[in-house]
Amino acid sequence: MEIQAFQAIYTEITALTKATCTLKAKGITYDELAWVDGRNAQVIKIEGELVTLQVFSGTEGIGTAAKVIFAGKPPSLALSPALGGRYFNAFGQAIDGLSQPQGKEVNIKGLTVNPVRRQLPSEMLSTGIAGIDLNNTLVTGQKIPFFADPDQPFNRILAEVALRADSDRIVLGAMGISHDDYIMFRNSFKERGASDKIVSFINTSEDPPLERLLIPDQATATAEYFAFEKKEKVLVLLSDMTLYADALAIVSNKMDQIPSKDAMPGSLYSDLARIYEKAVQFPEGGSITIIAVTTLNDGDITHAIPDNTGYITEGQLYLKRDTDTGLTIIDPFRSLSRLKQNVIGKKTRADHPQLMNALVRLYADASEARSKQENGFDLNDFDVRSLAFAKDYVRELLDVRLNIDSESMLNIGWKLLAKHFKVFELGIKQEFIDKYWPGEKD
Amino acid sequence: MTKGKIKAIVSNLLEIEFYGEVMQNEICFVTLGDKSLMAEVIKIRNQRAYAQLFELSTSLKLDDEVLFSGELLQVDLGPGILSKNFDGLQNDLDAMKGTFIETGQKNVSIDFDAVYTFTPLQEVGAQVQAADWLGEVPENWIAHKIMVPFKLKGTFELVKIAPAGDYKVSEEIAQLKGKDGEIVSVTMAQKWPVKWALKSYREKFRPSKIFQTGLRVMDTLNPMAEGGTGYIPGAFGTGKTVLQQAIAKNNQADMVILVACGERANEVVEIFHTFPQLEDLKTGRKLKEKTTIICNTSNMPVAAREASVYVGMTIAEYYRNMGLKVLLLADSTSRWAQALREMSNRMEELPGTDAFPVELPAVIANFYGRAGEVALHNDSRGSVTFLGTVSPAGGNFKEPVTESTAKVARCFYALSQKRADAKRYPAIDPINSYSRYLDYEEFQAETESIFGANWIEKVKKMKDLLQRGIEARDQISILGDDSVPLDYHLDFWRSELLDFAIIQQDSFDDIDMNSPLARQQSMVNLALNICEYTGDFEDFNQVSTFYKKLINTFKQLNYSAFESDEYEKYAQELKATIA
Repeated sequence: MEIQAFQAIYTEITALTKATCTLKAKGITYDELAWVDGRNAQVIKIEGELVTLQVFSGTEGIGTAAKVIFAGKPPSLALSPALGGRYFNAFGQAIDGLSQPQGKEVNIKGLTVNPVRRQLPSEMLSTGIAGIDLNNTLVTGQKIPFFADPDQPFNRILAEVALRADSDRIVLGAMGISHDDYIMFRNSFKERGASDKIVSFINTSEDPPLERLLIPDQATATAEYFAFEKKEKVLVLLSDMTLYADALAIVSNKMDQIPSKDAMPGSLYSDLARIYEKAVQFPEGGSITIIAVTTLNDGDITHAIPDNTGYITEGQLYLKRDTDTGLTIIDPFRSLSRLKQNVIGKKTRADHPQLMNALVRLYADASEARSKQENGFDLNDFDVRSLAFAKDYVRELLDVRLNIDSESMLNIGWKLLAKHFKVFELGIKQEFIDKYWPGEKD
Repeated sequence: MTKGKIKAIVSNLLEIEFYGEVMQNEICFVTLGDKSLMAEVIKIRNQRAYAQLFELSTSLKLDDEVLFSGELLQVDLGPGILSKNFDGLQNDLDAMKGTFIETGQKNVSIDFDAVYTFTPLQEVGAQVQAADWLGEVPENWIAHKIMVPFKLKGTFELVKIAPAGDYKVSEEIAQLKGKDGEIVSVTMAQKWPVKWALKSYREKFRPSKIFQTGLRVMDTLNPMAEGGTGYIPGAFGTGKTVLQQAIAKNNQADMVILVACGERANEVVEIFHTFPQLEDLKTGRKLKEKTTIICNTSNMPVAAREASVYVGMTIAEYYRNMGLKVLLLADSTSRWAQALREMSNRMEELPGTDAFPVELPAVIANFYGRAGEVALHNDSRGSVTFLGTVSPAGGNFKEPVTESTAKVARCFYALSQKRADAKRYPAIDPINSYSRYLDYEEFQAETESIFGANWIEKVKKMKDLLQRGIEARDQISILGDDSVPLDYHLDFWRSELLDFAIIQQDSFDDIDMNSPLARQQSMVNLALNICEYTGDFEDFNQVSTFYKKLINTFKQLNYSAFESDEYEKYAQELKATIA
């Protein structure tokens, strides 16, 4: 809190809810930052002389004579290269015991990039994970979430992907993650020598939930600075966006707004889109790629949060435990990278799209064969072969622990096809068969 | 000009006390420092106007000044619209400075100083009425008609018309004299409020001609009509946008307007990137030359989403009045409905289903009603064909936007999650989707004149075969491969053949992405002949091997150019298999 001389202090509180505080005040601007008895707050409604603030840390213990002062500006962040390697809270205050970096103050909400000034994202972001590079290739400037159940190791895999991907900068926006996962992120960044290139904004489950509302803006404002001003390839990690949306619902509820589906505010789509659309490829070379986590309730993707997310992001990645091998894989059926078309077969080898589709289709045949087997039907020769193929496919390609370069992934794919199938069972263009089929061309 | 002051702010909803006269849907401007932010009045009560702001309300405060414009939201109609990239309020995005869109910056729509070569089409003394063609100027490949202003009522005498030559868009090219002797000056451009349908035509018809999209599952099984309406609902990941883009690329329209309403910016960037390179099948010129993009992506102002679809429709109607075939694509109409919901919610109106405003069905019906094929006063025909995507919450079609659209759109292209999961693209469900136009006698006659006699029968036959395939598949999975008659396997594999050969289409393959009607006819006849084949199979393994080989050959045929040697080779191979 920066109290300055002659700053007006307001004390006429007229209403309090768990999340908001309403008072009489003059000359206040919309979105302005304020402090209520020293707690951070922001203007979310002006009605005549009544101003409503959302109090980020909650209003417990705030009295009707609380002292309110206004900052005269919306939430902002001081941007400079000195942010590198640092840890901050939701308000951009240092939590690593080091001094507060100085720099150019900007409104963290930022402006919209003119769509005609965007570059088509078409640079592959390799991770060495076949479930991503082969089946759902990522591209710089893309936005994609992991849809994960709470019991899955999504934060560990998120950290792994971030560290393997080629980037100049990693910005972590943590919303309500466990303290343990926070330590995990910190340690893996450190162990892998990435400490200097990360900037972290941390809100753990111990911190007030409403503070989370500022995290994505802090993270994307930082990312925009490094991507636009410094022309860096920036990777933004946002975990967990479901807890962010839950915080939106709390405020909307306390503002007496009529909820739409699943008690979420009617503006959820726009609220989420504003964050995810910060992903961009600038023509000057810098880019922002967003990889987020949206946790699901019992795998339900029809819930408003994953549902709206799916309509905004450029695909989604599902983690799954393969029942046959017990290995964690990226689900080849439901996962999707919408921007893969911009690189596969163009920046990667020409056979990539058709080979990848054939592999996934045959893996689907295997899962049908498995359900036939479970229902006690006899398996035909093709069923048996597809089951054997599925096992190899998971062990040699999909296992998330593997680290394979993309050319080798294709070669392994062809090897597996030739081992288990005949050419006519694939429906692949003849020219690719002629060039890459390692077996007999029956 | 009426003035007002801000009395309340909740997100982008402003409550304004006004001093004078204010209209519903009037445009007003809020002064913020040296900038002015645009807003639209959406409700008036007790000397208070409620306005939706087309920008973020950051830094606005109590008693900030508001100026009312006296006008509704209008578009500028004139040469210079083709090939442009506009935002949802018809601001030229390419003319804006900088990488980021600054709040409240001054923008331009069309270039009023641009010079076009005018050729008069009327002579002095002619009696004219609203929308009559006075002259034309070349715009890309289109003869852009300069029309009598749409706002004029009654008959006017042409008293002056510019001789052929080069003129600026803003220059006077004609003068009209009204019944009472008043003189109206006409330039190449005019304004029209977007929420009013442009009705200056003689008559509207029932659609009778097929609108070619190059997609077999549409043209063959569920054809769209010129001047028709259709909607594409689908959960995320089922390929709505890829499908719409495929249609935008492969159609035979004279002009295409793409409205990106509340969707991803990168999708529009892809269009910006590819359309200047791609060749238009109709004109042989670049696709960009017949395409106008209205782009209000999801991170652009929510309130401008509604405006964007109306701006698109108004521009479509304008070009239709030049006697052109216009295709309007909107992705996604659900985002527009959601924008209406956000505002209704902030105004604390009593909500309808799923918190959508109660007037939603009427708003949607009205909008779809603006499509159609019309005869102009000079007997030329023009059409607006409209296809909208719907993004149903949770992929469940029982929700207000999908249901309201179903009542008014004549074609339904259901995107199936199951098909998308199985990577069977386009994921249009061939059975549940429909085209009501197939029931119109005049449409049937037109279609058979293109595809040959008995075509409608053949379409029904294919749908029956697909239906039987599903039933057979269900039986097989309940009873097991061995326990059903061989016919069930034949039925199943016939439907698989139709699925892989006809319905599935690779929108990323240069050849397969577009099937001209003659090719569709040839492929359908070939596939149906195969389906007649009963063969002599010993067991179900033989059936599946036989059909898998057929499907593989058919796939190769799909990747071959129509009537090429390769195509003929694979066609012969297929015929030989069943001989």
